Amino acid sequence: MSNESKVKIALSVNGEPAEVAFAPHKTLLEVLREDLGLTGTKHGCELGECGTCTVLLDGTAVLSCLVLGVACEGRAVRTVEGMAQNGQLHPLQETFADLGAAQCGYCTPAFLLVAEALLAANPHPTRDEIKHALAGNLCRCTGYIKIYEAVELAAARMRGEVAQPTRESLYGR
Amino acid sequence: MLRLPTFRYLQPRSLREALAMKADAGPDGMFVAGGTDLYPNMKRRHQEPRVVISLMGIEELRRLDGWNVGTCVTLSALSSLPTFQRSQSAVAGAAQLVSTPLLRNMGTLGGNLCLDTRCNYYNQSYEWRKSIDFCMKKDGAICWVAPSSPRCWAVSSSDVAPVMVAIGAEYRLVGPQGERLVPAGRFYHNDGINYLTKQPDEILVDVRLPAPNGWDAVYHKLRRRGSFDFPVLGVAAWIQWNGKKVGEARIVLGGVASYPQEVAAAGAALEGAPLSDEAIAAAADAAYQPSKPMDNTDFDLSWRKQMTRVYVKRALEELRARH
Amino acid sequence: MADKRRIIGTALRKVDAVAKVTGGTRFADDLSFPRMLYCKLLRSTQPHAKIVSVDTTAARQLDGVHAVLTGQDLPIPFGILPVSQDEHALCLDKVRFIGDPVAAVAATSEETATAALDRIKVAYEPLQAFDSAEAAVAHPEPRIHDYGDSGNLHKLINLEFGDADAGIAEADLVREDLFFFEGNTHLPMEQHAAVAMWSPDGKLTLWTSTQTPHYVHRALAKVLELPAARVRVIATPNGGGFGGKSDPFSHELVVAKLAMVTGRPVKITLTREEVFYCHRGRHPTLMWVRTGVKQNGAITGMHFRSLLDGGAYGSYGVASTYYTGALQTVTYNVPRYHFQGARAFTNKAPCGPKRGHGTPQPRFALEVHLDKIAEQLEIDPAELRLRTLVPAHSLTANYLRVGSMGLGECIAKVVEGSGWKRKFRKLPHGRGVGLACSSYISGAGLPIYWNNMPHSGVQLRCDRGGGVTVFCGSTEIGQGSDSILAYIVAEILGIDPFDIAVVTADTDLTPVDLGSYSSRVTLMSGNAALQAAERARQILAVHAAKRLEVPAARLSFAAGRVFDRKDHKRGMSFAEAVQLAEAAEGTVGTVGSYTPPQGAGKYRGAGVGPSPAYSYSACVAEVEVDPETGIVRVPTIWIAHDVGQSINTAAVIGQVEGSIYMGLGEALMEEMAYRGNRKVVHKIPSLLEYKSPTTLEMCDVVTYLIEDPDPNGPFGAKEVGQGPLLPVMPAVANAVYDAVGVRIDEVPITPEKVLKAIRRKEKGEVGRFGPDAFPEIPWPEPTQIPTPWEGGDGKAVTGAPIPLERPH
Repeated sequence: MSNESKVKIALSVNGEPAEVAFAPHKTLLEVLREDLGLTGTKHGCELGECGTCTVLLDGTAVLSCLVLGVACEGRAVRTVEGMAQNGQLHPLQETFADLGAAQCGYCTPAFLLVAEALLAANPHPTRDEIKHALAGNLCRCTGYIKIYEAVELAAARMRGEVAQPTRESLYGR
Repeated sequence: MLRLPTFRYLQPRSLREALAMKADAGPDGMFVAGGTDLYPNMKRRHQEPRVVISLMGIEELRRLDGWNVGTCVTLSALSSLPTFQRSQSAVAGAAQLVSTPLLRNMGTLGGNLCLDTRCNYYNQSYEWRKSIDFCMKKDGAICWVAPSSPRCWAVSSSDVAPVMVAIGAEYRLVGPQGERLVPAGRFYHNDGINYLTKQPDEILVDVRLPAPNGWDAVYHKLRRRGSFDFPVLGVAAWIQWNGKKVGEARIVLGGVASYPQEVAAAGAALEGAPLSDEAIAAAADAAYQPSKPMDNTDFDLSWRKQMTRVYVKRALEELRARH
Repeated sequence: MADKRRIIGTALRKVDAVAKVTGGTRFADDLSFPRMLYCKLLRSTQPHAKIVSVDTTAARQLDGVHAVLTGQDLPIPFGILPVSQDEHALCLDKVRFIGDPVAAVAATSEETATAALDRIKVAYEPLQAFDSAEAAVAHPEPRIHDYGDSGNLHKLINLEFGDADAGIAEADLVREDLFFFEGNTHLPMEQHAAVAMWSPDGKLTLWTSTQTPHYVHRALAKVLELPAARVRVIATPNGGGFGGKSDPFSHELVVAKLAMVTGRPVKITLTREEVFYCHRGRHPTLMWVRTGVKQNGAITGMHFRSLLDGGAYGSYGVASTYYTGALQTVTYNVPRYHFQGARAFTNKAPCGPKRGHGTPQPRFALEVHLDKIAEQLEIDPAELRLRTLVPAHSLTANYLRVGSMGLGECIAKVVEGSGWKRKFRKLPHGRGVGLACSSYISGAGLPIYWNNMPHSGVQLRCDRGGGVTVFCGSTEIGQGSDSILAYIVAEILGIDPFDIAVVTADTDLTPVDLGSYSSRVTLMSGNAALQAAERARQILAVHAAKRLEVPAARLSFAAGRVFDRKDHKRGMSFAEAVQLAEAAEGTVGTVGSYTPPQGAGKYRGAGVGPSPAYSYSACVAEVEVDPETGIVRVPTIWIAHDVGQSINTAAVIGQVEGSIYMGLGEALMEEMAYRGNRKVVHKIPSLLEYKSPTTLEMCDVVTYLIEDPDPNGPFGAKEVGQGPLLPVMPAVANAVYDAVGVRIDEVPITPEKVLKAIRRKEKGEVGRFGPDAFPEIPWPEPTQIPTPWEGGDGKAVTGAPIPLERPH
């Protein structure tokens, strides 16, 4: 319970070394939110059934609700808070903002991180590949379509293309 | 927030160390690999180990050596193995159908093969289960799926296990008594509680896949959604071709019993003849007869039973089409 | 002369978009305070039982436990509607469903609080429990509540607008159908959370993920017996609402009380399972409809009955019941209309308002019913609808005032875009198309509690630096209400919307807005913001005009400047205009507010249905049905939505696509399932087993926006958040019929049902799956209201007179 003695680990969080002490039964989700103050990582079930708590662990998208904090010693965690660099939004953040891919915004950090991992592995994903990559994340607001469009637009920009949203996605047919 | 209970977490670096830790912990100790099955279960108090021993730091379990696959290989890695030729793609394909990309990045082959049996009277929170006075599988006396039954009817919900049984894989186990090889088909019991022949202190180390030598296999999965969902029916079909004829065949059903259920009569219906529409229909009918899904997963059970015929047929048609 | 619009109708970023993509948005569970305690609720394990005793002794003795509450600690009842004050923060003497909260613990950690719950002993005396509306109709005893219209029937409605039977008798074709719409839930990704803080000076602050801070404010003051002036409710941005966070909830009252008792901040975050118990989602609804039509498709009369399974409490249920009968008349011309509605109490999680509130069920029934009628009349279903459209700017049989009405154009768009004429009844077996239409309110005409005050208020402050702050009680639930305020004010004042600070949903700081429900926010808070901005512009114009020596009427406000429309160089910055006004008049601040027009109906029940404006949608769904399995896939949906005027087109399209998504889930897979034979336990309270479509189920959506500005909307805007959901379910059902020739008169349209219907058809039986009976209900005598074309004035000629406090 709360009086169990804490463990301390060292890890990298968003590219910076961090040390954190916490009760050993805590999940990475709880450690991030409660012990590191990084509340950008959300949760929707804590059972691995929605994808909302996704973070990148050594570059791989994982469910932070099912990763033990103690298992993260020496590993690199990336959360939504680490995506913008030097006050500049990540291209995915730009396109999610511009296209309305974030409505309530609750599932957004997870989608952004999964999309980032996807684009790192596959800079030119098809719509179908995007759907499959995002199939572990539930969103109740958007119907996913604006998310696909945002990923595609960011992918194009990250490839160095000059790309703009389509007229239909902003104004309809 | 749904939280884990307290426990001690150990991270052995070798099989020997892991076995020693388990011996120390006794029945209070449990092995964990990816954690995607155990941790949700612990949050709902299905399993209450005092000591959790992670296998993920053991090099031997993460090894990929020809047709031997270590059980701590993640499902993502398994599903994208470039060395797998067509006949092995049923293994990769089944792995790719497990849950979600995120879960597959964490969940392991061993975890899926040892997946706790599932039931929608069981996979519920402690409070929910308390409302129905619990069930036989945990904390209670009765099986709500079949209240007069002396046994638990929780469902084998692994996608990879039916494939392993169908292709005749062998599992290598290491325990305090040494090492043993078990054919996949004998690794499972048709009992929702004692669903594995593995002893709690044994570790499933790796899986030996049969080398490709003219056999082919497919796995078809029925579920509501294209991701997240466990199978409500899985059909693994394996054929050892003998020219245009079926030499041997095995049909194994997942999601309808407490173990991957091989329907011998279905395989027998195919052997020694070409894979004709009639043979396929006979096999599908043979598989339909013993398929007895219970009311403890998604979907209506009679529909799931009817789908056995359709899914066996389609699996075999796929094998025929690509032969 | 009006300036050219620069912001309205474009696709700007939302004002909170950057916060949402950077993890900066602070949702309720993201808040934490020093010395904060954690609350957990003990919930009933019985569906219907008397509470014999609650023993909390052992829980109180646990280390780390600071307080334990039971029903006696919060004995004052509450409920969202004045007529249904039937909830207690913690059950007092009986429990009514598995999940009903019975006791609460505040402890130093969630783990400790959970352990304390295990130590609370509750003794129950079980009562017979009911798992369906039919069971509740059949068993008036034991009563779940000691109020309501009859036995376990909470509400009975019988309204007759003209002689519907006589109308039906004049028809060439009379058709009767039965439909069932299973319950489903909102499933916001954010689990409800709340944090309460009590200050020793007697002030209570509650941060909570609510869509209706004003109503929570009222409930807190009532139940905690605090002056409203000492209670502050701050609605945190909602991580999805969809109607599920519109009631005051037990957990909100409980953490407030625990904060008062312990003197420490107290937080609660519900588990996903508990969110299912909060529910307030779609009512399972059985419907019977009989319609008479002429050979040309003209409707001569309609008789509609609904039976709603309300679950364990009233919630919005009285309004939901009226809504199952109210909006049939605003799409197609129904000259005489008889509506009978009943709501039953059952021992399930309480139902309430989910996106479309009470109207998706009858819309499903009506649109499938019309599809069948069209087939019998051998008229194309699109054509049938076009022939019977309600005219714009007209009054319906039940006294709803229709304003702008773009449904005809919507139908034309989807018919053309989908290739309807090439596809309908012409696709190969297994593929089909279906069409359906709908309409929804842009805000309810009446507030939840009877009063004459505005429904939405805005305060606006102009800063001498050129910034503007907009204060409004409206609540951001992801629909973009904060942005709407900024866009409208920016348009009027000619400034950058990102120079506007928006302060919302804080009962200490913001004027009342009734909340984010009934698709009211853009229209109502938008109108209030428009008024406040125009007033500010007037003030600034007076002083700028004086300085520039041009008539105020000739001034333009644009691009951060105030200038002479005839000589653009003659002007000043917006900030300078503010400084001039501030120097002359003092601080520049204005207010705006909005009250909807009076409804035309004067009968009891006329409060539900009137709206300042109705949105319209038409939808074509294309489906692929596997005849061997019954599995339905929906590759594409075409939707046209009459939004009046988009404030932000991208946000409008986002609402349309999200509505299609949720409608698709309802059409194919989502349902609140219970096990009636196992103590009415919720079968699947999890995100794994409650099936929300993933990326792999979601269809392509082709969206057409129809913009026919409505005189009552700000810049002509009408709603979009709910309406586009409504036609999806019937369009899919109609498409399934087109594909495989079977009628699934029940939602969700699952493979089991489709395959059963196909098998029946193969056996020569009726190829249909759906309900086959509507139970006998002890309907009250009908209230008769002559229609406008029969010389009616909106008043009833029989039935009880309107009480002073109208039921909403």
